[in-house]
Amino acid sequence: MSNLLYVDNISVSFDGFKAINCLSFEIGFAEMRAIIGPNGAGKTTFMDIVTGKTRPDSGAVRWGDAGSSLLRKSEAQIAQLGIGRKFQKPTTFETQSVYDNLLMALSNKRSPFSVLTYARNKVDEAQISQIASQINLQESLSRLAGELSHGQKQWLEIGMLLAQDPQLLLVDEPAAGMTAPERAVTVTLLKELARTRSVIVVEHDMEFIRQLECRVTVLHEGAVLAEGSLDFVTRNQDVIDVYLGR
Amino acid sequence: MIRFFVRLFLLSLSIAIALPAMAQSDFEEVLSRNSKLIQKSSSKTVGPVLEELQNFGSNAAENFLYNWKDKALYFIKDTGQFVYVASFPVSADGKKSAVLRHVETGEALGEVLASTIKQVKPNSGVRAKIAAAMVPFQLASDDAELRAASLAALSRDFQSSHLLPLKKAIEVETLPDLKEQMKRAYIFGVIGYGRDNAEIETAIYSLEGDLSLDVRAALNPLLVSQVLVAKQLPEDVNLARIIIPEKTIKHDDGSAGRQSLMMSSEYELSLAASYDLMAAAGLAPPFITPDMRNKILIAATVDGRIAGIPVASLASEESRNQAYQALVDNGTAPPMVGEAERQKAVASAVFYAVYDNPSAEVTGAARTVLKSINVRVGIYKFLDLVLDGLSLASIYFLAAIGLAITFGVMRVINMAHGEFIMMGAYTGYVIQLFIPNYTLSIIVALPAAFIITFLAGVVMERLVIRHLYKRPLETLLATFGISIALQQIAKNIFGTQARPLTSPAWLDGAFVVNDILSISNIRIAIFCLGLLFLGLLVFVMKRTRFGLDTRAVTQNPAMAASMGINPDRINMLTFGFGSGIAGIAGVAIGLFSKVTSELGSDYIVQSFMTVVVGGVGNIWGTLAGAAMIGSLQKGIEWFNPSNTLAAQTYMIIFIILFIQFRPRGIIALKGRAAEE
Amino acid sequence: MERTIFTKFLFRNPSILIFLGVLSVVCIAVTILGEGFGIGIISTSFIKTLGKTLCLCMIAIAMDLVWGFCGILSLGHFAFFGLGGYMIGMWLMFARTKMIVMQASVNAALPLTPAEISDAVGIQIFGVVGGSDIPVIWSFADMFWAQIALVVLVPGLVAFVFGWLAFRSRVNGVYLSILTQAMTLALSLYLFQNDSGLRGNNGLSGLQNIPGLDDVPQSLLSISFFLASAFALAVVYIIATAVTKSKLGNIIEGIRDNEARVRFLGYNVESYKLFIFVMTAIIAAVAGALYYPQAGIINPAELAPIASIYLAVWVAIGGRGRVYGAVIGAAFVSLLSSYFTGGQAPDIPLGFGTIRWTEWWLVLLGFSFVLVTLYAPKGIGGLVDRLPRLGGR
Repeated sequence: MSNLLYVDNISVSFDGFKAINCLSFEIGFAEMRAIIGPNGAGKTTFMDIVTGKTRPDSGAVRWGDAGSSLLRKSEAQIAQLGIGRKFQKPTTFETQSVYDNLLMALSNKRSPFSVLTYARNKVDEAQISQIASQINLQESLSRLAGELSHGQKQWLEIGMLLAQDPQLLLVDEPAAGMTAPERAVTVTLLKELARTRSVIVVEHDMEFIRQLECRVTVLHEGAVLAEGSLDFVTRNQDVIDVYLGR
Repeated sequence: MIRFFVRLFLLSLSIAIALPAMAQSDFEEVLSRNSKLIQKSSSKTVGPVLEELQNFGSNAAENFLYNWKDKALYFIKDTGQFVYVASFPVSADGKKSAVLRHVETGEALGEVLASTIKQVKPNSGVRAKIAAAMVPFQLASDDAELRAASLAALSRDFQSSHLLPLKKAIEVETLPDLKEQMKRAYIFGVIGYGRDNAEIETAIYSLEGDLSLDVRAALNPLLVSQVLVAKQLPEDVNLARIIIPEKTIKHDDGSAGRQSLMMSSEYELSLAASYDLMAAAGLAPPFITPDMRNKILIAATVDGRIAGIPVASLASEESRNQAYQALVDNGTAPPMVGEAERQKAVASAVFYAVYDNPSAEVTGAARTVLKSINVRVGIYKFLDLVLDGLSLASIYFLAAIGLAITFGVMRVINMAHGEFIMMGAYTGYVIQLFIPNYTLSIIVALPAAFIITFLAGVVMERLVIRHLYKRPLETLLATFGISIALQQIAKNIFGTQARPLTSPAWLDGAFVVNDILSISNIRIAIFCLGLLFLGLLVFVMKRTRFGLDTRAVTQNPAMAASMGINPDRINMLTFGFGSGIAGIAGVAIGLFSKVTSELGSDYIVQSFMTVVVGGVGNIWGTLAGAAMIGSLQKGIEWFNPSNTLAAQTYMIIFIILFIQFRPRGIIALKGRAAEE
Repeated sequence: MERTIFTKFLFRNPSILIFLGVLSVVCIAVTILGEGFGIGIISTSFIKTLGKTLCLCMIAIAMDLVWGFCGILSLGHFAFFGLGGYMIGMWLMFARTKMIVMQASVNAALPLTPAEISDAVGIQIFGVVGGSDIPVIWSFADMFWAQIALVVLVPGLVAFVFGWLAFRSRVNGVYLSILTQAMTLALSLYLFQNDSGLRGNNGLSGLQNIPGLDDVPQSLLSISFFLASAFALAVVYIIATAVTKSKLGNIIEGIRDNEARVRFLGYNVESYKLFIFVMTAIIAAVAGALYYPQAGIINPAELAPIASIYLAVWVAIGGRGRVYGAVIGAAFVSLLSSYFTGGQAPDIPLGFGTIRWTEWWLVLLGFSFVLVTLYAPKGIGGLVDRLPRLGGR
């Protein structure tokens, strides 16, 4: 079986501290995966490496059927390949309208000249309104992103990821700071996303992960501690020791 | 009255008659033979006389020279005989007479009317020559001081006649120091004026490795050469080099070399110059330059035409050449030498240079010794450069370290940092107005400058910076606003002209290693101050509570706050501390450059560069940055010493490129802490 | 079709219409009141000041684009302004000197050859720095259009190389500001050298004399330059508005607010920054090329880093992130500056001394700048926001 993303034996250290230690990881097409782990387990660094923000000291990161290496690519190139990232804190462009936020994310040409000469068109507008309805922001298209509620911002960000149309989504703590109903909507959103693309969710909230009903990878000290269904890993003694049993 | 005249007349007559009657001594013979030259001396003609007197070498001759120089020599108008005058008594009727003494024996010669004798008045050039001629006499003097003085006089204006007396003086000299000096003077004398090549060679070799300037000044004239041209290379000359036009360059020692990339040096002879040499030597017809051609053309203009060609059409080189050719064909102008002919002519001749000194041994020795000296000179010059770079680095370190602290801890760029430096310098100036003792005033100024700028920094932090922590770019602009305001205020208070900040006398001198290497005390002091600050800062940062807190805030402000450190207070103190150091740097900088309101802005960009290159938030980084920028600037200046502006330009370009490879500076924080 | 897009664009952005309206009123008023064509109430020198102010507004718009919209606090745009001035100055000085040489040679014994002409021009221009050869960089100085092209190309290229280096290595924030300042300093120090080929600290002078237009009085030239500057400013204003209202505008504002996020959206942030940096450098250069013929002289001191910082001050006072803010700030502060430093402002007698504005204006400016940064970060433009909304925002 071929994998979408194949991370092989990567290590990275900051000033002697090994943030990632011989970590290997793979995810298939249209698969949902949750990553859990205590603070400092290397979750964010892992995402940084996949998205090109940090370069590993050793190891390989391969992408897609062709298995092309991501290590020499810039963040923008990786994003254009089809890896989207949602940050822990919602990072929308607050001084711009929801419409503009989505328009920027839309997978059109990315060079300055094509952007400068871009003219609004029916196809794109239809797509934006379709995404907006998916994330429940249809009524707020002309509002500034900064005026949205916290949960709406999270959705907007997911909407921007949808507009990017990535093959792989990296989602960092999507449920943080959400109300219970908002969480439920988020779970549905993510599950729907995972039908057509791969999704990696990093989350602390065990209940949220249970609702996702997917395989779970436990990270600890920069390496994979356990992998399997949520019930399987929660029964693993190592996992209980370092994470759950605290 | 008349009787008196008659008596005087008789008296003078009797002397005039009496003297020739006496047998002329050797000395008198010398004098009478040269009397015209002595009476109307000029520095050009007086040489042989002086040499003769010197060789005569008696007390009388020394005395004679002494009096001549002091304008105490007279001669009798009628006979030309030289006399000294003991006194000029004035008789009762107001006539001035003169009591004469003999120039050799000193015996009284009687009294004559003052108007019958004339003073010999040597001009200053002649007096200098006489002084030099007196040297051998003085060298043999019993008075050590006089001997030393005469040695000094001799060294200033050495003459070949000095060699022998100097040699004799060395043999009998008893004072070891003076003897050494004499020996050295003798060596220079031999090199400059010796006749025996073997002796000269030995003298040259004895100077091997001596770095003083006068050694090089003595050796270099031996290697002066003249450029010549011939059909074939002559064999019986002391050849310095063979010159290939537009190829070889001339080295200082007279030898030829090739152009190198490192040192931009022009080739010695251009094609045109080579050909001109040939023309001057009669080996080729003269080259008609465009200028000469134009003059001939203008001279040949008749009614707006030259040889039938209208002048108006001569707006190009070709047409002018054609017109000239027409003149040549008429026979009214010398033929032109074409470029090809010129090249051919130059290629057919040999260009070479011959040393003025005919002895190959002497020039060879001089070359060898100079070469070894130059190698050592090079080493010392490099050392000098390193020290220069070091002192510049310590200045940059002092100027930048305060900035580095505030930037490192608070991520705040303080554009007014330069004005804090200026404030420190003005503090020093004002304190000197009240405390005239320079040493004391500097001792007071250093802490005073610290306190004043510390307070200014704290005030600025409280009023402005504190409100802008989340907006670093705006801090930059706000502090810039403060900077222009402070600068203008300083201008309004102290005026635009530079104010002196005088360093105490003990800082004025220099530590002299040899003629090449010397370090001014003030630079040493600044270097020490830099070291002191480095030590102090390392101590404060590593060993005190304040340092610990500061480092905690640097690395993680939120965490530090939760640990009970008050970041607000730390920020305030850090800012004050950084500003205070700028004040001290200001006093130091003011000591060697004038204090103006622009003092700070002269250093601000370099300070920024230092911080950026060194890496933020690290004392050692700033040190490395200062060292790099200081040595780099001096290094570039060394390649192009005439142009410090270009040096700074290239340095900044280098830094911009350097940032490419180490965007976070030489010593960079890594990991998540380093990200904004 | 084109026209409809343009009209639509204008109606979507009424600020352009308002701006163009105000600008035309000013132009008409100045033309009528000026000496060249009108009744002569406004002196020629003041028209020059006004014309120069328009050029400063232009570079302020450039600064606003790069800083207010894209978040790059460049302390180097005056370097591009100066470079533009130097490029046009080279043509002005060369062409005019050549004309003078040609006129003087009428009575020469021989008509001048091209080499002699260039020698004579070289001595005229570079005698002051002890040179006589015409440097290579003056190769195109005799060709008007080539030199006009250089006005755009040289600063554009410098900006491109510098920007490429700086952005590629992800130099950001204050670091970038310092680096741009260093670039400016390097350039101005380089130009200060006598052998830079641009007459060292003498700079280029006599630029107010346009070659071939010796008979045209300065009063006419000055009003023409004023109108040309106004036209250029209008064009730049429209371009700037178009850029900021386009999708590119969204992206550069995104870069300003959250660079990393834009990167993860798949945009190559570096090329966007470079695009804006080079574009604004070119605007600055064009502004400079219009400014210095009105100023008459350009020397390396004009490029000193401090000028670029003042530029930031204008934009900050006018209001960042608004095109009109930049114009207001530049016009307001620079006119006020020339009023106070020109000695026209009355001194204020106090009991213990007199406040002379020539001395205290900078102090006032410095502190008011601090106040604006602290209490009115949106500048004068922030006041405009309180009026009924004008723009399509």
